[in-house]
Formats: sequence, C-alpha cells, structure tokens
Amino acid sequence: MKKTIRKIFDKKHISRTISYLVVIAGFVIIQLLMNTIGIKSLFRSLLVPTCCYIVVALALNLVVGVSGELSLGHSGFMAVGAFTGIIISGLLEPYLAINWLRLLIAMFVGGIMAGIVGLFISVPVLKLQGDYLAIVTLAFCQIIKSLLNNVYLGVDINGLHFSFVENRISLAQGGRMLLSGPMGAIAITRLATFTAGFLLILFTLLIIYNLTYSRFGRSIMAARDNRIAAESVGIHIRNTKMLAFVISAILAGMAGALFGLNYSTLQPAKFDFNLSILILVYVVLGGLGNMTGTIISTMILYALPELLRGLQDYRMLIYSIILILIMLVTNNQTLKEKTENLITKIKSRFLKKGSVAHD
Amino acid sequence: MTKLVQYPSGAYVLERDADRTPVLETYHLGIDFGGLSAVNNFNIIVGPTEISGLIGPNGAGKTTVFNLLTKVYQPSKGTILVNGHDTSKMSTVDVNKAGVARTFQNIRLFENMSVVDNVKVAMHNSMHYNPLTAIFRTPKYYKEEKRIHQKALELLDIFNMSDLAETEAGSLPYGAQRKLEIVRALATKPSLLLLDEPAAGMNPNETKELMETIRGIRDKFNIAIILIEHDMSLVMNICEGIAVLNYGRIIAKGTPKDIQNNPVVIEAYLGKPEQED
Ligand SMILES: Nc1ncnc2c1ncn2[C@@H]1O[C@H](COP(=O)(O)OP(=O)(O)OP(=O)(O)O)[C@@H](O)[C@H]1O
Ligand SMILES: [Mg+2]
Repeated sequence: MKKTIRKIFDKKHISRTISYLVVIAGFVIIQLLMNTIGIKSLFRSLLVPTCCYIVVALALNLVVGVSGELSLGHSGFMAVGAFTGIIISGLLEPYLAINWLRLLIAMFVGGIMAGIVGLFISVPVLKLQGDYLAIVTLAFCQIIKSLLNNVYLGVDINGLHFSFVENRISLAQGGRMLLSGPMGAIAITRLATFTAGFLLILFTLLIIYNLTYSRFGRSIMAARDNRIAAESVGIHIRNTKMLAFVISAILAGMAGALFGLNYSTLQPAKFDFNLSILILVYVVLGGLGNMTGTIISTMILYALPELLRGLQDYRMLIYSIILILIMLVTNNQTLKEKTENLITKIKSRFLKKGSVAHD
Repeated sequence: MTKLVQYPSGAYVLERDADRTPVLETYHLGIDFGGLSAVNNFNIIVGPTEISGLIGPNGAGKTTVFNLLTKVYQPSKGTILVNGHDTSKMSTVDVNKAGVARTFQNIRLFENMSVVDNVKVAMHNSMHYNPLTAIFRTPKYYKEEKRIHQKALELLDIFNMSDLAETEAGSLPYGAQRKLEIVRALATKPSLLLLDEPAAGMNPNETKELMETIRGIRDKFNIAIILIEHDMSLVMNICEGIAVLNYGRIIAKGTPKDIQNNPVVIEAYLGKPEQED
C-alpha cells in the first residue's frame, strides 16, 4: 500500500498524477456548483463539448508531442466518429432503451471506425519520411467533409437506404433519414452527458499514460528522438508511429461520437479544417507531450471565449497573435532567454513572499 | 599467438574460427555518392569470436562501411552476409534482428530518457506483450516490465553503471555516454558488435579501461567485434585482425604486426617520403 502511494507521487509519475487530479478536481467542482448554487445554461451547454475537445487535444498530443508527427486531420476523425456514432445510436434506438449503454456502444463503434480510417491513412504515408502525414491528413479532413456533405442515408423496415443524390431515397412508412447531405444528421436523440465526457477524459489519460510507460511508449519516443539510433536497436519506426496515430484516431473518434450525440442536429461543415488547427493550437500552447497543459489550455482557449461572447469576434485574431508570439519565443534565442529570466524572476519573487529560505 | 588463415577470396580469418560460419562476410561491397566512390570492392570475413580493427586516415570511408553493414546506406554494389544470411533485402531493423548492433561516431543516445530506459528501448524486441496488454495493464505487463528492468540493471551492472540507472542519459559525462551506447547495443543480443571510434575523446586512463571492457565483452558474450579507431595503441593491443582503408579501398589486411610493418600503410598515414619536407 505504502509502495503504491509512493509510486503515485514519485518523480517519474507525478505528471500523470497531476493530470488525473486536475480532471477529477474540475469535475467535482463543477458538480458541486451545479448541485448548490447552480450554473448558467450557457456554461452548462459548454461542458460536453469542452470534454470532447480535451479528449481530441490529448489524442492529438499523442501524435504531435509523443510521436513527433504532425496531423492536421483530427477534425476528420471526429467527424467519422460523430456520424458513425449518430448512425449506430439511431439504428439501435428502437431496440435498446438504456441510454448510457447506447452511448457507450456508439462511442465504441465510432472510435473503431475512426481507427480503421486512421490505419488506412497511415500505412502508406508513414512509409515516407518528412511532413507527408500533415499533407495527407489535411486532404483527408477535406475529403471526409465533402463526402459527408453528399451522403444520404435512411432507414425503414426494409433496412438501410443509401445514396449520393438527394430524393433518390424513398422510405417506407415510419422510416427516418439518418444523414441528409449538407444538412447532416437531424433529430438526433441527445445522449451525451457531462459524466460521460469526464469518464472519457479519464479513459483517454489512462490509455495515453499506460501506453507511454510501456515498451511501445519507449519505442515511440526513441523513434521520435533519434530515428537512426532507434532503427539500429531494432525499433520499427513506421510501426511505432502507426500505433500512436491509430490509437489517437480511435480516441478522436470516440470524442467525436460523444460530441455528435450532444446536439439534436449536426452538420458535416462543423468538422472543417479550422477545427483541426484550433485543436493543434490547444496542443501547442499546452505543450508538446504535456497532457496537463493540454487539458488546461483547451479549457481556457475553448471555454473562455465562448463564455465571453463579446470576445467571440476577436477569437481567431487572439489565437493568431498568441501563436505568432509562441513561435517567436520558442525560435528566438534572445527572446527565449528573456522570457526564461522573467519566469525565474517571478518564481523567486513568489518564493520570497512565501518566506521560503533559499540559498 | 593468433594466427590468420586465408580464404580463397583473399580474406583472412582467425585459425580458431576457420571451421565456423563467419559472423560477417562482404564481397565486392561498394557505394558511390554521386560520382565519389566512398567505398569500393570491400572484402572482409570476420569469425564469430574475433576482435578486428578497421583503420585508416580521416575520410577513408570507415564509418561508411558501418553504415553499409547496418543498411543505413544501401550498397551500390556487392553482397553482405550476416551469419551466412544475405542482407540485400534487409532494413536497418532487420540487420539488427539478424545480429548486428552498433555504436555511433557522434553519439546518438536517447538523451531525454533515463539510462535504464535507453537500455530497455533496445530490449523492445525481446519483450512479449501487445499494445492491449500495455493499455489495460494485465499481470503479464507487470511481469514482463519487471523482468526486463531486472535484465537491464544486470547488464548495466556489468559495466558498473547500475547506480546511474535513473540518470538522464544526456547529462552523463562523455565517457559514460560512449559506454552506455555500447551497453545499449549489447542489449539487442548481437553476434557482431560494431564500435565506431569508442575511445574518441577519452583520456589515457579511460582508454585503458575501455580496452579491458572490449576484451571483456568478447569473452563474456562470446561475440565478434569490429572497431574503428584512431588510437593505434588500442588497436594494436586488442585487435586480432586489422584491415586498413584508404580512399574507400582496403590497402592492407593482416595481424597487428603485419600492419605495423607494412610500408603501404605507413605511406597512407604519413604520406610519401618525397612529398614531405
Ligand atoms: N551521405 C553521404 N553523402 C555524400 N558523401 C558522403 C556521405 N557519407 C560519407 N560521405 C563521404 O564519404 C567519405 C568517407 O566518409 P566516412 O565518414 O566514412 O569517413 P571515415 O573514414 O569514417 O572518416 P573519419 O575518420 O573522419 O570518421 C568522405 O569523403 C565523406 O565526405
Ligand atoms: Mg568515421
């Protein structure tokens, strides 16, 4: 028992412990607020999407931060997960009344579908060295959106009906449209809950950290840090990168399913390239490979501007400015030194205030 | 004491290894870099228990030979056999699995990882659990991780590095980094170890210790070693066979004694007497 406790707080695992604590604390605080003084409905409506974006950002950090590849297609995986989840949930609705179970199945299948798509993308692309993954995932994200904009899918007693052309589908009595092209999915039964979002974040952290502290995590990081050295000790670069990418796609797909089942209507246009970039911004600002940072930066950058509606118009502007600043700071030696000096100064001032003796 | 016998190909091998499958054979191995032929007609045979040296002036093509053997570069010409297996269709990873491990002239450690994790990375292929086991942490995960951690520590212990296990590799002193690269290479259980200038940047004491270490590795692990080295006392002391490379070609092969007295070698290193002045 003592050993487990020591293990949780030792240097190697402290970042993991902090991530879990931040998420659990956030959940508890929000639950308490909801059950006591109550929270505004605007704030409440942001809870599930925030959880979803946190999960996608964490998943993307596995690819960008841990395995060192750039993906610009995570909104595409979200889309695959979202619409798969909506279809599955819609199909199951007449047969399965238990909502949470239907949500779970929808998320599971959505994740698997996104994972399969991710596998198909990564097999040819990761054979090549360089930034090809970024280019192909960018294209993928556009293709998925265009594809979904042209898919019509309905269900009736005779089964599923599918077409690329509107009006080609004539449904029998009692039939429903599941997807209607650019209008997307309509009349979705909203299954998503904040608790489900919270649990999905915990599940995501569990997967990412467990993978990182395993032989696969070691190889993924070795392949990132020194390709030639990793190959020389028998690490198959493409396999390690593929593993990280596919797991990331699965998690993004699960988040997508939860996201989709949080609204009564959902258009494919929601998952455009901008969303991928936005999530990448959360990851970069949160810190590559830094999961706690990613959670916090997503909360601040997604939820805050939504809450301060007045800022909405300037959100993209603020992002751009912050992003440019970050690039300047990380690439400019003198600026970097200056910020580091500033940080140490602030730190030492704080320490003085806390009257901690330092020598 | 050590005696070399000559194969029909012209390559030499130790007498005690003569009847065994060589750990390495190369035939007419060569590579061109856009017109420059960096290595040309490179033929060697290395027996399974031999310590051999690859020497030559700067830019002779020694590191390029290692890069060819480990398939970092694809040969333009020739054949490489590892333990009798043709490596022409193998990748760097496959060559390592076939039994070749190496160190690098400019150290390539996983600097942000701990010392023991550097070794464990190299033990990846001798671990047996799949990603699902890792993610859901079944008992097998704990069992395997514990086993490999123990093994990594044992290996580090042989090189007196086990108390550095949790240190970040990049923060080690230079000599220790070179040593860790050797340990990491050994962790893949090779039958042939390639050392690219292991004594570079070491002081005479460290070099002496390294000499014992290299001999110790051969005796303990029963493997063949090829080392590239500019430190002649080290090479002459521990190598049983030596090949001298100049402008990508082997200009001499033989025992340390043969090489020391070979006028062609002396000329390659010091230049023609008339040219000096
Ligand atoms: N990738 C490459 N592209 C072009 N030329 C190369 C490449 N790699 C090596 N060379 C050339 O091949 C020649 C041999 O280089 P190599 O590094 O093998 O020499 P070396 O014997 O290891 O020298 P040193 O003792 O300085 O380490 C040099 O002329 C080098 O410039
Ligand atoms: Mg060299």
